[in-house]
Amino acid sequence: MSEMILSALQGESHEGFVTVTEAGVTGMITIRADLGSAALAAALGGLGLSVPSPRGITQAGDKLLAWMSPDELLLACDYGAAPGIAESLSAALSGEHALVVVVSDARARFTISGPKADEVLMKIAPVDVATLPAGRMHRTRAAQVAAAVWRSGPDEISLVCFRSVAGYVMGLLEVSARKGGEIF
Amino acid sequence: MSTRLAKGGRLIDRSQPLAFTFNGKPMRGFAGDTLAAALLGGGKSLLGRSFKYHRPRGLVASGAEEPNVLVGLGRNARFEPDQRATTTELFSGLEATSQNHWPSLEFDVGEVNNLLYKFFPAGFYYKTFMKPRWAWKHLFEPIVRQAAGLGEAPKEADVDRYEQAYAYCDVLVAGGGVAGLAAALKAGREGRRVILCEMTANWGGRAPVDGGTIEGLSPEEWVKTALQALEGMENVRIMDRTMVSGLLDHGYAIAYQRVADHTPGDGRPRHRLWRIRAGITQVATGAIERPLAFAGNDIPGVMLASAVRDYIVNWAVSPGDRVVIVTNNDDAYRTALAVLDAGLTVPAIVDARVQASGPLVQAVRARGVAVLEGRGVAKVLGRKAVKGVEICAQAGEGGAIQTVECDCVAMSGGWSPVVHLWSHSGGKLNWDETAAMFRPDATRPPTGPEGLALAAVVGAANGNLTLDAIAAEAGIAAEVEAEAPLEPVWTMPAGASDALKFKSFLDYQNDVKVSDVQLAAREGYESVEHTKRYTTLGMASDQGKLSNINGLAILSETLGQPIPATGTTTFRPPYTPISFGAIAGEARGEIFQPLRKTPMHGWHEARGVHWEPVGLWRRPYTYPKAGESHREAVNREIVNTRTNVGLLDASTLGKILVKGPDAGKFLDMMYTNMMSTLPVGKCRYGLMCSDNGFLMDDGVVVRLSEDSWLCHTTSGGADRIHGHMEDWLQCEWWDWKVYTANLTEQYAQVAVVGPKARKLLENLGGMDVSKEALPFMTYKEGTLGGFPARVFRISFSGELSYEIAVPANMGLAFWEALNAAGEELGVMPYGTEALHVMRAEKGFIMIGDETDGTVIPQDLGLGWAISKKKADYLGKRAQERKAMVDPDRWLLVGLETLDGSVLPDGVYAPAEGHNANGQRNTQGRVTSTYYSPMLNKGIAMGLVKHGPARMGEVIDFLGDKGAVIKARIVDPVFYDKEGAKADV
Repeated sequence: MSEMILSALQGESHEGFVTVTEAGVTGMITIRADLGSAALAAALGGLGLSVPSPRGITQAGDKLLAWMSPDELLLACDYGAAPGIAESLSAALSGEHALVVVVSDARARFTISGPKADEVLMKIAPVDVATLPAGRMHRTRAAQVAAAVWRSGPDEISLVCFRSVAGYVMGLLEVSARKGGEIF
Repeated sequence: MSTRLAKGGRLIDRSQPLAFTFNGKPMRGFAGDTLAAALLGGGKSLLGRSFKYHRPRGLVASGAEEPNVLVGLGRNARFEPDQRATTTELFSGLEATSQNHWPSLEFDVGEVNNLLYKFFPAGFYYKTFMKPRWAWKHLFEPIVRQAAGLGEAPKEADVDRYEQAYAYCDVLVAGGGVAGLAAALKAGREGRRVILCEMTANWGGRAPVDGGTIEGLSPEEWVKTALQALEGMENVRIMDRTMVSGLLDHGYAIAYQRVADHTPGDGRPRHRLWRIRAGITQVATGAIERPLAFAGNDIPGVMLASAVRDYIVNWAVSPGDRVVIVTNNDDAYRTALAVLDAGLTVPAIVDARVQASGPLVQAVRARGVAVLEGRGVAKVLGRKAVKGVEICAQAGEGGAIQTVECDCVAMSGGWSPVVHLWSHSGGKLNWDETAAMFRPDATRPPTGPEGLALAAVVGAANGNLTLDAIAAEAGIAAEVEAEAPLEPVWTMPAGASDALKFKSFLDYQNDVKVSDVQLAAREGYESVEHTKRYTTLGMASDQGKLSNINGLAILSETLGQPIPATGTTTFRPPYTPISFGAIAGEARGEIFQPLRKTPMHGWHEARGVHWEPVGLWRRPYTYPKAGESHREAVNREIVNTRTNVGLLDASTLGKILVKGPDAGKFLDMMYTNMMSTLPVGKCRYGLMCSDNGFLMDDGVVVRLSEDSWLCHTTSGGADRIHGHMEDWLQCEWWDWKVYTANLTEQYAQVAVVGPKARKLLENLGGMDVSKEALPFMTYKEGTLGGFPARVFRISFSGELSYEIAVPANMGLAFWEALNAAGEELGVMPYGTEALHVMRAEKGFIMIGDETDGTVIPQDLGLGWAISKKKADYLGKRAQERKAMVDPDRWLLVGLETLDGSVLPDGVYAPAEGHNANGQRNTQGRVTSTYYSPMLNKGIAMGLVKHGPARMGEVIDFLGDKGAVIKARIVDPVFYDKEGAKADV
């Protein structure tokens, strides 16, 4: 079964002054609900996660929960685990007005890694990278398409976009990370 | 003649000679030279031809304000026209060519225009090319276009790379002179985030050339110290070769970084365009010296006084052995000192003021130079080079008193603060009568969204033209020679005769003279903006940096009004031209625009698909086999699908999940028909209208569960319809409990279509897909061939059809599995054209073909899909308006030509008579038209007045060149009218 599962760019990677890589499949679940609801807190608490503050991220193990809008969260997890987690969250929220849906396949994830990772992001997104703290999810655009970015490790930025434009975003990242393009 | 001096040159490195060419001839300069300095140092003073009269021209300035010396740089894929020599850094191998002449720079046939100057006055084009009217298009415009323009357009695609970058700061400082450095230091020490930009490669502005002391140091030393201090601050970012080119609303600044202009091909991006969000911008952009308007002030060798001393001090280039200085102020005397210090001579200083007596004047007098007070230049002698000047009384008409031989004339008419950035977003100016300049009014700054100033001006840009004034404003100490006030001089001499004014240039780049502006005023042009466009004063790439103030002063004088009453023209970004490459940034080639790809995109591509753009997607139009035309391929795909089985990549179809206790109510408002009553597991075709009643999207809605529905939209409409839903939910029905999620990209979707579709799925194995288990217009979830699948029994072709959605990451594997399982059944993929033909054979409408934003569902015979029971839906009331219920609306019908041919697309059916515009009346048009391989003839749909009531009637359509095509009005369902094939 797993050989049938192909991420948009199957791990394509480019070495420039930093490395840009399509990070393969990632589990993702969209949760739309009243973020103050006790049932939601309980359901997420069962996963070891707490509801993040606006623009915030909370984490537990390999699971990451990000605030996307006043009534929307994004849960990132192992690809294979997403349907099960979504099902249990749905069940836990069955008494509430809520929507829980797997969107793992609708997305592509990239990592920009290296000491000058920030400089690549500066070229494609109107984000004040110097003040982009860890533990923050920033919804923005990558040139002409929607994207979300966060610091996913030391000298590493993660970027998520829609699957269909993965090739475009890879093109942006590759040209922006090309050697000689260091800004500072 | 100009030459390189043996000593000096603070910016050049004589140990690094650089070879370059000018018009193909080898030349040499030094590292640190600008192209202008190297050309002048190499003895070249004739460097271009003027725009209109093709007059010989040389350098006037040493910086961004240079109007004359624009050259073509590079060659082939690195050729770029109209590059200013004064702002081009010299590099080894640079190739420059002069512009706007034929056959050569030295001998230019176009110079005949110069003899005919009286025939080319202001407004020449408007006056000359008016009659006869036809001649403009066929005769005048082609000739004028041929003659117009300076440089040539590049013929090859640019090989360089460009990019953009975003930055944020509290304080953006534009300009790296003393004022800018001081402002950056101050903000940096306060701990603010600072970006300091300097457009040249050198810091310090004019101070190192003009002299004085700052905090006890020479300007050069002070600049060095300041830079070191700034470099040590983590909160300060310093960028040279970066021009803040525009300051837009809300403190949004555009800066243009010339990263690798001086090192072409070194692998770096050539330019980088910065988009900077600044809390406040400190405009420290300095000032520009004004020329004086005397006859012959454009002859090569006549230069700004400041430029003459720049060339001498910065690059050790002498513009001429004998330099006559013409001035109305003390500052120009610094040029005399620089000339003398370089060992050259100053035959005379012509000072328009009746008395000149400041310390600078005294210093020059002390070195034995004759200062001619109350005098002006009547005319410059020479044609391709300065030979001398005729001197007259400034107060008179230009009668020569004496002639002075010289090689260079250094002129100064005073200084104009560079207020461009301040003015771009609305900062206001005041006219300073004493200093004869516009300066920023600090009480009327450009303001941001909170009403606070988004810019401040410091230094010479603020009208503080002397080093001590600049320093005092910045709160530091500086000493410099005092200067006596200038005397405004707009024409030289004051009463210059017409003959002199015809040769007194204001705008060098556009060949606008004093006489032109005066003529415009006499002809009734009172607004400075109109005068600009009539005379072309201040237009083109330099945007009047040298000419504007002189021009509007002369306009004011001629109109008999004070200068502030005339005002300035509008300052618009960019400050100097920026490259198209920088504006485009990374958006070129493959990433010019996002291209959306389905999971099966690569499979299609590998099979030689012919693409059709649908929104930003590429969808397979058809899959031609070797030797097959597109039309043959489409026909094959249709026949195969209708007789065997075909596969369509339908992944682009919009899929929006709508969930919540109020979701049914919500969808009843969104769609014209009833969705709340749809049983779980059932599918229903729905129509969506705008609130104006016009049909905007359609698709199948599926009820997934008690409180959730899946809405299919058109491929191009997914994002728009999702936005439309959220708009109503967030802005109008915010209290309804409905959530939506756009799942378009979560699923790869495949339509398995044709009589053998069921057999194919059975081959694959898995869930029961029989008619009993999964009847037409129902939905089930299960597995097929091991893939988790959502199967919809819906049909857009009239065939037995399953639309199957699987997670996108499995899309390719699923598609390949379907192809394998269908091999024995003759399965073939089909594209959008086959899809279109098959839906037209069935009389199904297509959004964008049958609809164009003016069509309502009722026009299309879709009344059955409009609920009569519902109290409301979006568009309902609009559809009750008079025009919408007009019985004369054009209605959908089928059309068949009498000879079986295919009707041209979009053609109209004429009706009797003509409308008010003399056009033929019409009674209908073709909306879709195809060749049907199943029926072996052309089929079409169209909108025709009273159409359905006219079944069987033959009407005319007008083809190309008046061809009349006869077509019969028929039922729009051409194939399998009973719908038997889909429901099996």
